[in-house]
Amino acid sequence: MSSRPIKFYQVGSHAAGNRLLDPELLSVAADPNRSNSITKGHRACQGCGEALGARYALDAAMRATDGQLIAANATGCLEVFSTPYPESSWQMPWLHSLFGNAPAVASGIAAALKAKGRSDVRVVGQGGDGGTVDIGLACLSGMFERNDDVLYICYDNEAYMNTGVQRSGSTPPAARTMTTQAVGSEPGNPFGQGKNLPLIAMAHEIPYVATATVADLRDLEAKVERAMGMRGARYLHILVTCPLGWSSAAGETIKVARLATETGLFPVFEAIDGEVSAVSKIRHLRPVEEYLELQGRYRHLFQPERRVDVLAHIQAIADRNIARYGLL
Amino acid sequence: MLEQLEGSRAVARTVAMCRPEVIPAYPISPQTHIVEALSAMVKDGELSPCEFVNVESEYAAMSVAIGASATGARTYTATASQGLLYMAEALYNASGLGLPIVMTIANRAIGAPINIWNDHSDSMSQRDSGWIQLYVESNQEAVDMHVLAFRLAEELSLPVMVCMDGFILTHAYERIDLPSAQQVDGFLPAYEPRQVLDPAEPVTIGAMVGPEAFMEVKYLAHVKQLQALELIPELSAELTRTLGREQHGLMREYRCEDAETIVVALGSVLGTIEDAIDELRERGVRIGAIGIKAFRPFPLEALRGAIGQATRVVVIEKALALGIGGIVAQNVRNAIAPSSAQVCTVIAGLGGRPITTSSLCGLFEDAVADRLGAMTFLDLNTELVERELERTRSARRSGPHAENMLRDVGAIAAGPV
Amino acid sequence: MFQVRIHGRGGQGVVTAAELLSLAAFEEGRHAQAFPSFGSERTGAPVVAFCRIDDHEIRTREPVSEPDALIIQDPTLLHQVDLFGGLRPDGYVLINSVRSFDELGLGQWVGGFRHERLLTVPASDIAREHVGQARPNAALLGGLAAFTGIVSVDSVLVAIRARFPERLAAGNAAAAEACFAFVEREIEAPAHA
Repeated sequence: MSSRPIKFYQVGSHAAGNRLLDPELLSVAADPNRSNSITKGHRACQGCGEALGARYALDAAMRATDGQLIAANATGCLEVFSTPYPESSWQMPWLHSLFGNAPAVASGIAAALKAKGRSDVRVVGQGGDGGTVDIGLACLSGMFERNDDVLYICYDNEAYMNTGVQRSGSTPPAARTMTTQAVGSEPGNPFGQGKNLPLIAMAHEIPYVATATVADLRDLEAKVERAMGMRGARYLHILVTCPLGWSSAAGETIKVARLATETGLFPVFEAIDGEVSAVSKIRHLRPVEEYLELQGRYRHLFQPERRVDVLAHIQAIADRNIARYGLL
Repeated sequence: MLEQLEGSRAVARTVAMCRPEVIPAYPISPQTHIVEALSAMVKDGELSPCEFVNVESEYAAMSVAIGASATGARTYTATASQGLLYMAEALYNASGLGLPIVMTIANRAIGAPINIWNDHSDSMSQRDSGWIQLYVESNQEAVDMHVLAFRLAEELSLPVMVCMDGFILTHAYERIDLPSAQQVDGFLPAYEPRQVLDPAEPVTIGAMVGPEAFMEVKYLAHVKQLQALELIPELSAELTRTLGREQHGLMREYRCEDAETIVVALGSVLGTIEDAIDELRERGVRIGAIGIKAFRPFPLEALRGAIGQATRVVVIEKALALGIGGIVAQNVRNAIAPSSAQVCTVIAGLGGRPITTSSLCGLFEDAVADRLGAMTFLDLNTELVERELERTRSARRSGPHAENMLRDVGAIAAGPV
Repeated sequence: MFQVRIHGRGGQGVVTAAELLSLAAFEEGRHAQAFPSFGSERTGAPVVAFCRIDDHEIRTREPVSEPDALIIQDPTLLHQVDLFGGLRPDGYVLINSVRSFDELGLGQWVGGFRHERLLTVPASDIAREHVGQARPNAALLGGLAAFTGIVSVDSVLVAIRARFPERLAAGNAAAAEACFAFVEREIEAPAHA
C-alpha cells in the first residue's frame, strides 16, 4: 500500500490531530505545564470568546517569554470576570488601572523595566474593542508612535459588552446593539462608520500588526509567539465571539468566528512595518448570510422579511476585503 | 549650594537628585520649564537610569506614571490647570492604588475663560482625590519640599502633589540654596514598594471591590492620609537636620504669639502678606499670619492650636467654590469650631490678579476695624461687574461675559476693525 | 530695596535682562528677585519684567508698581503703553533710543523728575556693533550699572558670561562695557533732556 500525507486541521488540545504532531508544533494549550496565566474559576459567560482568546494568547506569551511577563488590562469584560471580589484568576503580575489608559499603563511598565535594566521582562497591554478602539485610542496611538516595547492585544467582540451591549467604533454595520437598535427604516448600526484598528496600527508603521480569531487558536498562539520574538510596539487584534452580545449559541463560538473569516468579513493577516506580509487564505468561501444567520444581532435582516439590500451591502464589504487582502 | 536661578530649574535639578526612574511628561504652561530641564538631563545622561517619556496627553502622563510606579520605579511628573483636570480620573486611580507618585502642580487658573496665570483653582479642584497636597511659599521651599515629598509618598504609599504658584514662583529667578546629592541621598533611600508587579511573585493589582468591602477600603485610605499629619512633622524635622535649614512641617506661624487677628493663606502670597503684617505691626496692630503647608490632609488640630485665642481669622484664598464661597475658609472653620472667632473669607488673586502689599494693608486695617464682611473679593472692579450685569438685564442676546468685559477694560478692540 | 522695571517687546530679551540683573546682584552677595509679567509666548507683544535687589530676603512677589529705575528697551512702546506708571520722583529712566527725551515727545512729562536721572542711550546701535544684532538688553544693563550704581559693570559681565553661551557672551559683554562707558561719559558731560 502506498503512503499518502494526511493533513490534520488543528482544532485544539483535545482533538486527535494535536496528539500526532511533533512536540514543537504542539499548541501551548496542549501542554499540561502551561502557565494558566488566567486560570479556572473566572466568571465569563458560557462560550465566551474573550476568555478563550485571552487564555491562549497569554499562555503563549508566557511560554515565549519564559514566564517573564507583566500585563496591564483595561476595564471591560476580561477585567471584570477575571477579578470578581475577592478572587482573582490571574497567576501572572497583572494591573488594572482605568478604561482608556491600558496602552499608557503598559508603556509605563515597560519604561520602568527599561530603567531598571530588566529587559528580560516583557509587557502585554490588553483590552476590549471599547477600551482600545474608542476611549483608549489616544493612548494606543501614543504607545505606537513612541514604539514602546509593548504587545497590545485587542479582544474585539464588536461592542461595549460588559456594560450591556452598546455600540462601539468596532461594531459592524447593521449589527443590533442597545444604542443601535433594530428599529426604524435602517435598523442596527449605520453603514459608513467604524474604525479599522489594524489599518490604523499599520499606518503607525509599527514592527508587527496581526489579526486572528478564536477559530484558529494555533494561529493565534503562533502570532503571539512571533510578536514576543520582536521588540517595539506590536498590535494583535483578535475577533472574539460574544454569545451574549451577538445572541449566538454558546456552543457555536468557534464556528461563528470561523465563518467571520470564511466569508471574508474578518480578514486574517500579518503586517510588518506597516505592510501586509502574510495572509490567511479563505479555505471554503461562504456567503455572508451563513455567518449572519447564526447571530440574533442580525435577526432583523431575516425577520420579518429578508433585507436583500442590506445583505448585499454586507456582502459587498466582504468582497472588498477579499479583493483588498487577497483572501482567495 | 547657593545659586541664582529660575524656580523651575531649581525644582528640576532637585527632582533629578531624587533619582526618579521614569518621568512621563506632557507640556502645559507654566510647568514646561521643569520637564524641559529634566528631559535635557535624561538625554545627556546626567540623570540616569531614567526613562523620559513624551506622552500624548496628561491623562497618558498619569497613566504611564501608574504603570511605572506599580512596577517599582520612582516616578515623577508635572502639570497644571487643564492638564490636571484631564488626568482627574487617573489621579483617583493612583491614590486608590496606593502608588507613591510625586507631581509638581504649577498652580494655574482653570478655564473657561482660558487663563494661563496663577491661582489655586486647579489643585483645589482635586483636593479630595486622595493625593497629599503640599503648598510652598517660595522657590527655596519648593526645592526642599520635593525632597520631602518623595520620602513621604514612599513611606505612606500615597501620591503627593507639590503645589507652587505658576509664573510667580516657577518663572522667578531668585537665590536658592540647592541641596547636594549627598544630602538628598542621605534623606531619601531607594524606593522599596509595598506592592510591585514582578513575575517572580505575581500579584493582581486593581481588582474590583464590591459593596462588601468598599467602605473599609475608603476608611483605610482616610486613615492613611491622616498618618501624614504625624509623618510630615517628623520628616520635616529630619530634613531640617539634613539640610541645616528650617522646614516648617504642616504650617508656619508668623508673628502669631499675641495676635488678635490671624491671616491664613497658602502659597507665595504669604511673602507679600508678611510684608503687610510687618507694616501693621509697626503701628502696633496685633496681627500675625499662618502659612498652611499641608492642605491635605488638613491639619485641623495644629491649626486650632495655632489660631489659639485670636478673635479674628482672615482667610485669603486664590480659589473659589462657586455657589458657596471659600474653600480654605470652610476647612479653617472646621478646624476652629466651635470657637466664636470670626472667620472672614477673602478671595484674591484669581487668574493672576496681582495681590499688592498696599491692598493687603487696607484689607487688614478693615479687618481689625471690623469692617470686613463674611466674604470679600479683593480689588474687585465693581463698576465693570455692574455694567455687565446691566447688559444681561437689558438684552437676551447679551453676548459672552468675558469678551464683553474685556472690551470694557479696553483689552480687546472696541468693534469691527 | 531697589526695584527695576524693564519694558520691551517679546524677542528683545527683556526677561533675560531682568535675570541678568539679578545674577549680577547675586554675584555681589545680595538678594535679588527677577520675574516677568507674562502673556502667552509671542514675539512683538509688549513684555514687562521686574527685578528687586536688597540686602536681605525679598518676600513680596507683587509686580513692581513703584520702580526706582525704568529701562525701556523699545521706544515704540512710548505713547502706547503706560511705561512710567508709579515711577518714584527720584527714579532713573534709561531709554534705548538715538533721540533725546524732547525728540521722543517726552519733554513735557519730564517735569516732575530729576533731570540728571533721565537718559537715552543708543543701545541698539551699540548692540549691533558688538553683538551683530540689535538686541539691546545686555548693553542697557551696562548702562544701568553706570547710571545707578546698583550693580557694578564687572558683576554685569560675570552675569553675562554665566548666562549666555560662549559665542554670544563675548559680544554681549563688549556691548555692556561700551554702553557703560557711554553712560559714564554722559553723566560727566550731560547732553540730554
